[in-house]
Amino acid sequence: METLELPKSFDEFVDARKAGFLKVKEYVENGGHLVGMFCSYTPLELFDAAGVSVVGLCGTSNEPIADAEKVLPKNLCPLIKSSYGFAYTEKCPYTYFCDFIVGETTCDGKKKMFELLNDIKETYVLHLPQSQKRDYAKEIWYQEVKLLKEYMEEKYGIEITDEKLREAAHKRNEMRKTQMELYALQGAVPPAMKATEVMSTLAQGMFNFGVDAQHASYKAKLDAAKEALANGAKPVDEKAKRILLTGCPSTGVIQKVGMTIENNGGVIVCLDDCGGERTQKMLVDENADDILRAISDRYLEIHCSVMTTNEGRVANTKEMCQKYKVDGVIEMVLQACHTFNVEATLMQNMCDDEGIPYMKLETDYSTTDSGQIETRLAAFIEML
Amino acid sequence: MYQVGIDIGSSAAKTAVIKDNEVIKTILLDTGFSSRKVADTIYAALEAEGITRENASYVATGYGRISVPYADNVVTEITCHGKGSHFLFGENGTVIDIGGQDTKGISLKNGRIMKFVMNDKCSAGTGKFLEVMTNRLGVTPEELSALAQNGNEITISSMCTVFAESEVISLIGKETPREDIAFGVIESVVNKVVSLLAQVPNDKYFLTGGLCEDNYIIERLSKALNAPVTTTPLARYAGAIGAALAC
Repeated sequence: METLELPKSFDEFVDARKAGFLKVKEYVENGGHLVGMFCSYTPLELFDAAGVSVVGLCGTSNEPIADAEKVLPKNLCPLIKSSYGFAYTEKCPYTYFCDFIVGETTCDGKKKMFELLNDIKETYVLHLPQSQKRDYAKEIWYQEVKLLKEYMEEKYGIEITDEKLREAAHKRNEMRKTQMELYALQGAVPPAMKATEVMSTLAQGMFNFGVDAQHASYKAKLDAAKEALANGAKPVDEKAKRILLTGCPSTGVIQKVGMTIENNGGVIVCLDDCGGERTQKMLVDENADDILRAISDRYLEIHCSVMTTNEGRVANTKEMCQKYKVDGVIEMVLQACHTFNVEATLMQNMCDDEGIPYMKLETDYSTTDSGQIETRLAAFIEML
Repeated sequence: MYQVGIDIGSSAAKTAVIKDNEVIKTILLDTGFSSRKVADTIYAALEAEGITRENASYVATGYGRISVPYADNVVTEITCHGKGSHFLFGENGTVIDIGGQDTKGISLKNGRIMKFVMNDKCSAGTGKFLEVMTNRLGVTPEELSALAQNGNEITISSMCTVFAESEVISLIGKETPREDIAFGVIESVVNKVVSLLAQVPNDKYFLTGGLCEDNYIIERLSKALNAPVTTTPLARYAGAIGAALAC
């Protein structure tokens, strides 16, 4: 058994963080392999088939941002700064102990940050096409997915067989179905849960080792929610205004935006960021002749604001507004996220056409604007 | 029954009492350090006139809304300014509220809020900007407007209050007349407010908040918006009146 070193400042960490480090250290020392990733375009089936655990490393905390700003410019998205900051400060056990990190060219800030991250931890970058429109877009992405597969085969000295990919695709599909069921519970009037619970479950689930454990954590939440519902629990006020939260990844603002909505007379019934139905509803065709291509095709269906043009996202949101009987749309844009910020105009136009009240918030992970954000969110909900 | 609206803003605490759909009393106090303390002072002042929990309901608004322990309900200042303005002006239009730390634009149609905008974290275009500048120039807000009326056009280009203050200091250093600086200060606020209002355009505007008795600012706003800006002395209490109406 190899023995791994802990970060230099380990002794200063709080107990929960120490425990996290020891847990991951033990996993890796016992032969477990860990890969970090950032984005819903990352083809997760590849890691499952290779027998390595994959965890999301998107920074969601303000804590390491000041340190990250020693290297990165201030005027950059907090998610990018936080992610880099955790690597830089050695404060995240998953970043610290992972074998390598898979990045992707979803935005310019991340793309260039990965070049710097590579100096701290080996970072492999998937080259995502700028659009799904061209005939050869799918081929580009297929080749990228294939390259990553070959990269891992060489790195780990293994073969990632079609059989293993098919098995992985099946397991991921099953997990996606569970996630869809979990989301669908919010369609009830009143919804089954506060969405901040769902957001926390999804965020924590990412840190399980392996798809089975992750799926089990979602299933447990789903079963608990269903049981509570069957027992007549109504954790959400019937009069709560039904909100669809769209825009940038929202895990870093669960408190500042999510809880504030739900503490001020609203409830999030549809999470329309990249952790929600928008990216999870597509399944891989498990029976396709070319399973690798089926996997790459499935991921390229995701509608992210980095794509041009990206009508699919707004069209999907419109559908979600009907499906979840939405009273108002709140778009959360992380500071300096140009693609979502610009695309917000198209989202607003759709909402105006549909007669759905819309509000955009631009914020970051700090608490400097919490008071203002609360006033705005509460006033928006009062207006509905 | 009395309906009491309490609007605890960042610099002033406003109270309005409504009975039979009429504003029968207003109180204006400095918020000071403690919202809780000013809330207690307001309660005592009303109690002295026989308005108590026995015969009144209370709604609190403003950033200090959570610090009014006897409030039956809390409502945001945006909703309250909307309700209060509809009560005071009774027409469709956009409410401009220049507050101590926030500036808001609220579009009203048939008494309902259609859309609102609020300044971001930055204090440009708010009462705080004016407060910092009046302190720097050693004048009262009224004197600032009086000076500006006789000023020549100069531009204060920094949007940030802190940088704008440095800019004013260098203007003072260059012996620029106070009148001109006052003109530049007020134009800076007016321009910032007007650019915020571009998202809630209208053919009529109503000014609420602490500047509603400043004719010079009303005139400059109206010119920059190219539309009438109306107000009334009671508009300072629009938020409190709206809160009272929400009782």
